[in-house]
Amino acid sequence: MPDDVLVKGGRVVDASGERVADVLVRDGVVIEVEAQLEPASPAARVLDAAGCVVAPGLVDLHAHLREPGDEDAETIVTGARAAALGGFTAVVAMPNTTPPLDDPAVVASVLAIGRASACDVVASGCITKGRRGEELAPMHELHQLGVRIFTDDGDCVADADVMRRALEYARSLPGAVVAQHAEDPALAQGGSMHEGAWSSRLGIQGRPAAAEAIIVARDIQLAELTGGRVHFLHLSAAPSVELVRAAKRRGLPVTAESMPHHFTLTDAECASFDPVFKVHPPLRTADDVAAIKAGLADGTIDAIATDHAPHVPQAKEQPFEQAPPGMLGLETTLALTLTELVEPGVLSLADALARLSWSPAGIAGLADHGGPIASGRPANLCVIDPALQWEVDRARLASRSRNTPYHGRKLTGRVRHTILRGEPVVVDGVAQR
Amino acid sequence: MNARDAAKPEQAATPEGGRFFVPEHGEGERSLVCRAQVLDADDMRRAHTRIAHEIVERNHGADDVVLIGLYTRGVAVARRLAEAIERFEGAAVPVGVLDVAFYRDDIGLRPVQPLGPTEIPVDIGGRVVVLVDDVFFTGRTIRAALDALTELGRPRTVQVAVLVDRGHRELPIRADFVGKNLPTKLAEDVRVRLEEIDGEVDGIEIWGPAEP
Amino acid sequence: MKHLLAIDDLSRAEIDGLLDLSESFIEVTQRDIPKIPALRGRTVVTLFFEESTRTRLSFETAAKRLSADTMSFSASTSSLTKGESLLDTVQTIEAMGVDAIVVRHPCAGAAHRVAQWVDASVVNAGDGRHQHPTQALLDLVTLRRRLGRGGFDGLRVVIVGDIRHSRVARSGVQALSTMGAEVTLVAPPTLLPESLEGWPVVVDDDLDSVLPEVDVVYLLRIQRERLAGALLPSQREYTSRYGITVERAARLKPDTLIMHPGPMNRGVEIAAEVADSPASTVTEQVANGVAVRMAVLWSTLGSGGQIA
Repeated sequence: MPDDVLVKGGRVVDASGERVADVLVRDGVVIEVEAQLEPASPAARVLDAAGCVVAPGLVDLHAHLREPGDEDAETIVTGARAAALGGFTAVVAMPNTTPPLDDPAVVASVLAIGRASACDVVASGCITKGRRGEELAPMHELHQLGVRIFTDDGDCVADADVMRRALEYARSLPGAVVAQHAEDPALAQGGSMHEGAWSSRLGIQGRPAAAEAIIVARDIQLAELTGGRVHFLHLSAAPSVELVRAAKRRGLPVTAESMPHHFTLTDAECASFDPVFKVHPPLRTADDVAAIKAGLADGTIDAIATDHAPHVPQAKEQPFEQAPPGMLGLETTLALTLTELVEPGVLSLADALARLSWSPAGIAGLADHGGPIASGRPANLCVIDPALQWEVDRARLASRSRNTPYHGRKLTGRVRHTILRGEPVVVDGVAQR
Repeated sequence: MNARDAAKPEQAATPEGGRFFVPEHGEGERSLVCRAQVLDADDMRRAHTRIAHEIVERNHGADDVVLIGLYTRGVAVARRLAEAIERFEGAAVPVGVLDVAFYRDDIGLRPVQPLGPTEIPVDIGGRVVVLVDDVFFTGRTIRAALDALTELGRPRTVQVAVLVDRGHRELPIRADFVGKNLPTKLAEDVRVRLEEIDGEVDGIEIWGPAEP
Repeated sequence: MKHLLAIDDLSRAEIDGLLDLSESFIEVTQRDIPKIPALRGRTVVTLFFEESTRTRLSFETAAKRLSADTMSFSASTSSLTKGESLLDTVQTIEAMGVDAIVVRHPCAGAAHRVAQWVDASVVNAGDGRHQHPTQALLDLVTLRRRLGRGGFDGLRVVIVGDIRHSRVARSGVQALSTMGAEVTLVAPPTLLPESLEGWPVVVDDDLDSVLPEVDVVYLLRIQRERLAGALLPSQREYTSRYGITVERAARLKPDTLIMHPGPMNRGVEIAAEVADSPASTVTEQVANGVAVRMAVLWSTLGSGGQIA
């Protein structure tokens, strides 16, 4: 077994509060959380955390790792490395691969590769076979392999009856949640950006906010009808936030996530015609950005996820409307959250970490992740330097792809160390494997 | 040389025609001062009259003559010559206007902007074309004009009339009718003022760098 | 002017400069030998990802009358179908040594993207539903030749038809309002842009109340496939509400001009008799198109400096 790891001099923040303490890790488990700990043996590895926040490892409910099928854009190993550098110790891999994660054998192979990577890779499973929105995928078989998040992400389950049956069936699978890519395909069809003043001016077919809100409203009704748990992926529009807020007020089993690009960027970016700003659901208006922030602040939106969606360069070297949607996120999400939400006071640091760690860990049923940081708990940790200023440089990202919309943006706060089951996988901002 | 070569950049928006004055040698960059007025309004009137007489004399009348003014000030000079000829010959002489911008040999070397549409009111085939400009300098404007003319027809003969010849030819081209020979330095400008274009009383001045 | 990508890149003075320049080239196109050596030695490539014989011919004619060499590249003969990105295609073409690339593409912003990638000048010959700047300029030239120089101020123009899907409308609205015209849009609500925020226009539902007031009626081509389905009930319904029939044309002021970017659907948005009437500027628009494109190519390649 590896030697002890001592995280020294940091401020420990988890769901139970915050305190200045050192964290001693042995055999993948937290042994002691106390002030002024000394290494038990000279071989112990001491990680400096002075001035840093020691938090439970971050959990991303939503990443596209592209393997199998599009390994030129990303692999599980490179995606997991990017995740570790972003402070994540667990990442839910979306199922829109080729072949898709609708088959136990494919899921098992993803999990096998994931076990050797720098971050826990949690497979999601398809709701329907081939993500075609018609017949249910073998949800029980996938569940037996550990799948808890079922989604056809990339596509909406458009058929209300199929969605209803998925929610009903998932009730028999403990911990299962049906995650919806909420965009009515009939309304969003052919659209490449938010429908509004900018799309009208640029002559680009839009995807109206109503396409999202209609499905959110419908699926809230279906959750109520079936008692099944529904999770809304990448909430982007003000009316959707309001619908989720109302559903939660009524005590319905509804959760939601949003992405940094939906609280930092607007559809005005599309005027550059650079498809690095193309994403589904699309960048929306300043009002929507404000609504997402408010939803994150009051807990309507449970989690911040990345929707990390790598694409090979040539895929984005196309006109806006022809390029595929999606942008990178794993390596910028934490810093964007700190810079755009914590620094301006939208979220406290603890609330930000809740949206990034223990809340998504709870949604995905990941007992080993999200803390608390206490004796006997699995040592999945990230150490964040909240004051470090850096500039996003797409050439220096660990992802195989370069399609970040934040190239050149100055951000505050960066991961210093990441510890996965006791092993430092990122030390001083450098990936160890 | 064409009038635009001598124009100040701030003259760019004159009321008639002269939209794009661009100094050929970047004179706009330097600050020049007026050294001398070499012709006043009376001198210019006499120069126009004399050139008009010479054109008629050389061509044994004005019957076949077509005056073609080169944008911008050449056009005004051509119209004055036509009026003078009409006064003493009693016959109207057709006046055309020609923009040589597209035929210049310095396209791509410096900003070149067309000055206005070319208008030739008569068929120039078999006639005597007199190209009219204000200042004769390197000869490149007249060369461009000769190229342009060949696409508009085949004149019997082409002559050149200018108000001022300031020398420094860069091509084997000469003027047939000259109002005033004016030795100049390369660094100097010859500035021609014409009332109908510049809105000020006629005059020709030499401008040069301020002496230290 | 390095590129011409969209009308909103141009000031009123710049547009005026281009219109003046177009007048010079109209004279050239009317000569017995309508050719000048202005762009001798320059190469212009037309890069069309969407078929438009008219526009391509207009640009190629313009380039040839300026003595430029021309090359043409179209999507059907291209390697694009083999999965090459637009960037690859454009870099390959530029490597051949071209001075200007005229781009027509079914996607908005394609010409903007190309302009970011190349040193050559880029002229937008239509990008999706976004812009068609040379069409807007040729429409202005056509109007100015009919109305005279001061004719734009307060000119009342109604644009009728499929505004939503029209690049001609988007560039035309900008061009006309920049020049001082007052633009009204009349269209079925399903064919209006979803948002008109920031558009210098008013919208009117009733074509018949607008027509007697306007100086110019600008008709847009309605795509046949839009005449039935979710956007419009039928061609008959469209023509009866929005088509310029002989009866409607009779209610126009006597000097009202009728414009159409072509190709026309006679009997749909415009009656054949109206299209051929003296009020119609359709053939002038086509003729002026060559001179305008000469002006644009000259301004991007030949002038070596600023317009106006």
